[in-house]
Amino acid sequence: MKLTLEEFFKLLSQYEIEEIEGLRLEGDIEIELEEGSFAGVLAEVANEINLAIQHLNNALAKLGISPALQPQVERLEGKVLLERKFEPFRVSYSTAIQEVQLGAKRSEGGSRESVVKLGGEKSLPFYLFDSPQPNLPVISIDVFDKPIPLPKAVREHYGDVMEDPAEWAKRAVKFGADVVTIHLVSTDPLLDDTPPSEAAKVVEEVLQAVKVPIIVGGSGNKEKDPVVLEKAAEAAEGERILLASATLDTDWERIGNAAKKHNQVVLSWTQMDINNQKTLNRYLLKRLKLPKDSLVMDPTTAALGYGLDYAYTNMERIRLAGLKGDEDLAFPISSGTTNAWGAREAWMKDSPIEGDTPWGPRELRGPLWEIVTGLTLSLAGVDLFMMMHPAAVAVMKELISTLCGKKNKIETGDWVEAEI
Amino acid sequence: MKVKSPLEIYKLLPKTNCKECGYDTCMSFAAHIIDRTAKPEDCKPLVEAAKHDEEARRNLEKLIELTSPEIDEVVIGKELKIGGEEVLHRHELTFFNPTALFFDVSDTMDDKEIDERCSRVVEYRKFYVGRYLTLDGIAVRCTSRNPERFAEVAKKVAGYGKPMILVSLSEECMRAALKAVSDCNPLIYAATPENWRGFLDLALEFKVPVVVRSSDLNTLKSLAATFKSEGVKVVLDPVTEAMGEGLRKTFERVVQLRRTAIAGGDKEVACPILVTPIAAWMVEGDAVSKAYWETVIASLFIVKYGDAMILHSLEPYTVMPIIMLRENIYTDPRTPVQVEAGLREINDPTPESPVFVTTNFALTYYTVESDLVSANISGWLLVLDTGGLGVEVSVAGGQFTADKVKELMEKAGIAEKVKHRFLVIPGLAARLQGAIEDETGWKVLVGPTDSGRIKGWLEQHWPPK
Repeated sequence: MKLTLEEFFKLLSQYEIEEIEGLRLEGDIEIELEEGSFAGVLAEVANEINLAIQHLNNALAKLGISPALQPQVERLEGKVLLERKFEPFRVSYSTAIQEVQLGAKRSEGGSRESVVKLGGEKSLPFYLFDSPQPNLPVISIDVFDKPIPLPKAVREHYGDVMEDPAEWAKRAVKFGADVVTIHLVSTDPLLDDTPPSEAAKVVEEVLQAVKVPIIVGGSGNKEKDPVVLEKAAEAAEGERILLASATLDTDWERIGNAAKKHNQVVLSWTQMDINNQKTLNRYLLKRLKLPKDSLVMDPTTAALGYGLDYAYTNMERIRLAGLKGDEDLAFPISSGTTNAWGAREAWMKDSPIEGDTPWGPRELRGPLWEIVTGLTLSLAGVDLFMMMHPAAVAVMKELISTLCGKKNKIETGDWVEAEI
Repeated sequence: MKVKSPLEIYKLLPKTNCKECGYDTCMSFAAHIIDRTAKPEDCKPLVEAAKHDEEARRNLEKLIELTSPEIDEVVIGKELKIGGEEVLHRHELTFFNPTALFFDVSDTMDDKEIDERCSRVVEYRKFYVGRYLTLDGIAVRCTSRNPERFAEVAKKVAGYGKPMILVSLSEECMRAALKAVSDCNPLIYAATPENWRGFLDLALEFKVPVVVRSSDLNTLKSLAATFKSEGVKVVLDPVTEAMGEGLRKTFERVVQLRRTAIAGGDKEVACPILVTPIAAWMVEGDAVSKAYWETVIASLFIVKYGDAMILHSLEPYTVMPIIMLRENIYTDPRTPVQVEAGLREINDPTPESPVFVTTNFALTYYTVESDLVSANISGWLLVLDTGGLGVEVSVAGGQFTADKVKELMEKAGIAEKVKHRFLVIPGLAARLQGAIEDETGWKVLVGPTDSGRIKGWLEQHWPPK
């Protein structure tokens, strides 16, 4: 059967389509239809017209004209499901995040049995449908060079090893740490004022005790940290340890030079400010000529409920800028997820506020606080999490491998009509 | 919204700068429409003119259409809005309608359990930044497959006055429940490729929004297009699979749906998305593991595009992180989160009461203030202008200095209000102790690092010896 243009418009008018604004058809147009049952054909026609109207509307929208028609034809043939094809919108970015290796094997000049690679991604985290994610985000567990006050829920897992950093480090590996961070807090002049050379021995002990890559942190003392980290870099020659951290108000030059000289990696730490992050990275890369594969960023982690929104958005902006070609920001991101334990909701016995619903047992609340803080930032692009609670580490690992496509399909029943 | 420039909006306004909308010029009003702090309907002269003038009516309609959100807004109950989003990343503008949290009851639970769960939803409160966070609604699930029982429980739950989702795939059961509670405007769950004709009839007959459900996105889009073409308000459920590759695929479906709607301009999938972390309860394991995994799924989709959720665990240890994450992600990044600096009087202080210092970061301020009030402490609270930064950051960044403390004390006239000369500073500002003493001549005491511990601290340190 054939439909003439006139009949076509009659058909249109039947579906309450009055005019197609700004559109004129010229010449003889015939629409051919295959023979078949008339109702069936009409249903198909209806569908086709709907699609045509959609295309027309899309075309008009591109010309800045608002849609002329609303698809209405399905009223023709009772209730027919409008067949649609979902065409996912594709996104690709110009730049891959720099790949950075922590740890070095014997063949590479170090003594590690395992190493980790951070970065390398070309898409937002876990967007495997845009681009494969070459390296899974990794987890480091914090170890300190002297016993420090810790929330009860954390302390009960480390209480017996806190006097011995090497044993503590082994415990961290047992809990699944891919990397161990040794914080040399005792070097703080206000604490024990441990000399840098002695602190470096602790670094050696930890390197002996575990086979995974290590991160070395200072005490936060701006004057002393560069000296301490320099000694640590020297003691760990060639191990590709991560020196935590260079900041704008410390002697970043000294830390960066130590990393260059002894083949280590620098953590570039700024206080939640994308411009400062860019500045410090430029100093390290351009002024100091630190190799690009030796820089990781810490844009600062704030706990859930205590500025997590800023931390999340700052990291997401940094990652998007990196992917879109900002060479100063295309580096792996590290998160001090342990900061989650600073939130009172993580450690306090119950709410100090009278009107609150009771908070529930803190031994269950605390790990979840660390998990949700880390999980949120994993979606902003974090490649390296520094954590503490073993249950939080386990859950984060499960989630990361799931979202990176390392898990099989697991069938479960439907919840809709199930008794739970 | 379709327009990006205030000029396109300005063209359609009366251009009289009458100020009735509260802004000085039509251009300024247009700019506020663009960032969604004003709506076209706020232009009273235009709304008035539209009643009799054809051109004004067209302009108003065009304005409303041009400024409608990228993602449809759907109302559940009286006024709970979901969807209405404009952007994929919160820093590009802000997210608007916080993920609505619904907690389930099922009609095979006994009435006592149903009442208890409903009460917990209604009564839950968590104080945060000056107000209480609360939960949104209740999802009533038909597990009895008995229409009368489902209707009865729906009616009972409706009595709690919270927005509802009715959950059943059976048209018969859903019809019974809708007859009982359709005046509450519940969201109905769910139309599937098998039952959609019946659910379309229900949605049209009872004028309620409906969830369409399929893990196949072609089918999901077909269902959404079909329902939308009939004028039904649609919410998408791309099916939440709780574990393994299924969860990864769920993440992919949710992201693809939202990105294709906003960046790809596909209006047929530009609907709010429903996620069901409750699916975690179908996985083998103990209750704590299930509750943990449910929280993980919920958190994942609070950050990424979930507009409404059905959850099972009402344990405070899972509810609290979820509700605070939602608050964080949906906070408007355009509004500075600070309070006015100056002196606050807490619980009628006397000249003997302690003087505390804190910053004007809203979160810090409200935490300290509410801790003092709840612990029944009388005191003077000096709120320092740190540009909205917390204690630790502002001490490190130089916004919290001895100079500024002195200046604030003079401005507030605190020396005339108290007889003593002691100042309590936050534990996290300990390093400024000497500098503030030098600058002000007052004796500075270092308080605890968490204001929740001020009460205990005062018992030991106040009055000072």
